[in-house]
Amino acid sequence: MENKNISPLLEVRDLHVEVEGKEVIKGIDLALYGGAKLALMGPNGSGKSSLSMALMGHPGYKVKSGSIILDGNDITGLSPDKRAKVGLFLAMQNPVSVPGVSVANFLRAIMKAKRGEEVPIREFREMLVKAMGLLEMERSFANRYVNDGFSGGEKKKLELLQMVLLNPKVAVVDEIDSGLDVDALKIVADGVNRITGENNAFLLITHYRRILDYIRPDGVVVLMEGRIVASGGPELINQIDRQGYDWLSAKTA
Amino acid sequence: MRQPVKDIMVGDDYASKFGFSSPEEYYFRAPKKGLSHELVEMMSKMKKEPDWMREFRHKALDTFWAKPMPTWGNQEALGRIDFDDIYYYIKPIEQMGQTWDDVPEDIKHTFERLGIPEAERKFLSGVSAQYESETVYHSIRDEISKLGVIFLGMDSGLMEHEDIVRRFFGTLIPPTDNKFAALNSAVWSGGSFIYVPPGVHVDIPLQAYFRINAKNMGQFERTLIIADKGARVHYIEGCTAPVYSSSSLHSAVVELIALEDAYIRYTTIQNWSNNIYNLVTKRAIAYKNATVEWVDGNIGSMLTMKYPCVVLAGENARGEILSVAFGGTGQHQDAGAKVFHMAPRTSSTITSKSISKGGGRTTYRGWVKTTANAEDVRVSVKCDALILDPTSRSDTYPTMEIGNPKVRIEHEASVSKLSDDQLFYLMSRGLSENESRVLIVNGFIEQFVKELPMEYAVELNRLIELEMEGSVG
Ligand SMILES: Nc1ncnc2c1ncn2[C@@H]1O[C@H](COP(=O)(O)OP(=O)(O)OP(=O)(O)O)[C@@H](O)[C@H]1O
Ligand SMILES: [Mg+2]
Repeated sequence: MENKNISPLLEVRDLHVEVEGKEVIKGIDLALYGGAKLALMGPNGSGKSSLSMALMGHPGYKVKSGSIILDGNDITGLSPDKRAKVGLFLAMQNPVSVPGVSVANFLRAIMKAKRGEEVPIREFREMLVKAMGLLEMERSFANRYVNDGFSGGEKKKLELLQMVLLNPKVAVVDEIDSGLDVDALKIVADGVNRITGENNAFLLITHYRRILDYIRPDGVVVLMEGRIVASGGPELINQIDRQGYDWLSAKTA
Repeated sequence: MRQPVKDIMVGDDYASKFGFSSPEEYYFRAPKKGLSHELVEMMSKMKKEPDWMREFRHKALDTFWAKPMPTWGNQEALGRIDFDDIYYYIKPIEQMGQTWDDVPEDIKHTFERLGIPEAERKFLSGVSAQYESETVYHSIRDEISKLGVIFLGMDSGLMEHEDIVRRFFGTLIPPTDNKFAALNSAVWSGGSFIYVPPGVHVDIPLQAYFRINAKNMGQFERTLIIADKGARVHYIEGCTAPVYSSSSLHSAVVELIALEDAYIRYTTIQNWSNNIYNLVTKRAIAYKNATVEWVDGNIGSMLTMKYPCVVLAGENARGEILSVAFGGTGQHQDAGAKVFHMAPRTSSTITSKSISKGGGRTTYRGWVKTTANAEDVRVSVKCDALILDPTSRSDTYPTMEIGNPKVRIEHEASVSKLSDDQLFYLMSRGLSENESRVLIVNGFIEQFVKELPMEYAVELNRLIELEMEGSVG
């Protein structure tokens, strides 16, 4: 237990990432400890999603140098499914649709993958009903095809539903708040809060303070042009909310 | 869950599941390979057929010899067929069984391994099992036959209901239709004969299972289904064969007749081993207000050439052809659909899904025609091809001939590759690359799978899983 507290759940060391031949992450260091909720902010195109994709191992986002350590395991070269098995989860900004695959079948398949054996149908139903209840989702949602014709908010809810069911050690949550109405935002934030604890950590990518008012991160880092240009406590969030990012770029220029 | 085929486990291949063989024992086999009028004469005599059928066969044989090979499909593979190296008739047992206990042990065991008796007990109205050239087992539930439904092997059908057979046999697909229809007409044996009386509904499916066990064998079953006015019937066929290095030929002719207000659904799960030529002619006619649906799944075979057809002959008749083709390594699925709108207010829907993988090929070949008198016709054609790797191939050849301007046509076609983003999405949730591919492919064919009875849906998803195993990436 002692050890857990001193070594981070997620550690990123001098990470450089290229997409389509262009360097988009230009040397990032990060450490997330158990119980941490860290906000990641930054202007459009600053590299937030690229970082999250590289963390999860999307083949289009190539790690040029540096390393990613998850709970003591170097996952830098692993395929996405192996990273998931070690306990990483990414709630994506734009999840793709998988036509013809029902939400229920999909969730059952990922539960099976996590557990290494089939989840008995009754147990699965109970878990699903509970998790969907938590996120105030309609039952009929389970019969729809994954993200197929989903509204923006519905996509976000499905990402969160998976996160709740998989209960990852480290979750990177990319703009889970965009496209959500006020009520949905609160439900989603409650969902995140409910599964946070001493044994997991969250990296929350967002543009808006509102979700952070609900989730209350312990700190924030600001990304600009692929580099971390500032980090601080909750007061930095307020400052960004009031002043935007210009003053930061002026500072680093 | 119940499955017609038991114990399919991921990772086992076709050979151990379906591709096993039994010793080649038979009651009678054509004395030599190859075709001749003597052979046709002998078959017809052995089957104690009426003269008109014997003459029909002889004429068809001449037609077969006179006809050129099809000019479409896979010319190269067709060219490799050696018609002199095939046994055209193998009669496995002397007498067909009415119960499974009447069926010789090794044949019975084959069908048990394929799960047929179990499926019969659980969810079918009747079963016909063909082994080599003959129907070896046949049964229909009492409550179905009490309604006047006739479900027989085609040979028995001819013996017992000559008048009906003579009226319809070969009317939709005459021997002159194409070379393989002629061949079938000359040496046909086995298949199903079904007649459903007016107003009778057979909603629990009737099933036929076709098994080729011998090497260098030709199987030429002949099926004729007649749904009388207002009748309904669902017929399912499945097929498998042992894996051999030498090829066998399966060439069926299937004719469906849906009289006024009738409904026929014909479902096929074709899973021949990869040494089988599957060259089949299937055609249906739908009279006024009648509906015919072909639900056609092609997973196996080396080369399949098959284009189920519906002739919409009466007002308001409806035709639907829903198909899936899986072209894996060494396979070419040249499949498609044909619809002829010959009456006003008829409608048709063609949905074709094809998947090619590991150097396999799929081809969609479609022909929709409307005649001058066919007003207010609706046509919808949708073809989607999924190509899983760069060595695989898919081609689409849709043809439309519209004879009347009052027609509403929708036509969509798409060719897609397996999307990296979909793969990444699924893998990021812990599914392996192969599990992710299987899920995407099963999603791609879901529209087809959901039309199958549950047991077959489960089975088809597992077949796809088997096909997707190995040789990835
Ligand atoms: N798949 C891709 N192909 C090409 N360029 C990409 C790709 N993904 C990201 N980029 C580029 O990398 C840079 C960073 O983009 P990224 O999506 O990481 O920004 P972001 O911080 O998440 O922005 P936003 O706040 O708008 O979501 C941008 O210039 C973007 O155009
Ligand atoms: Mg982004």
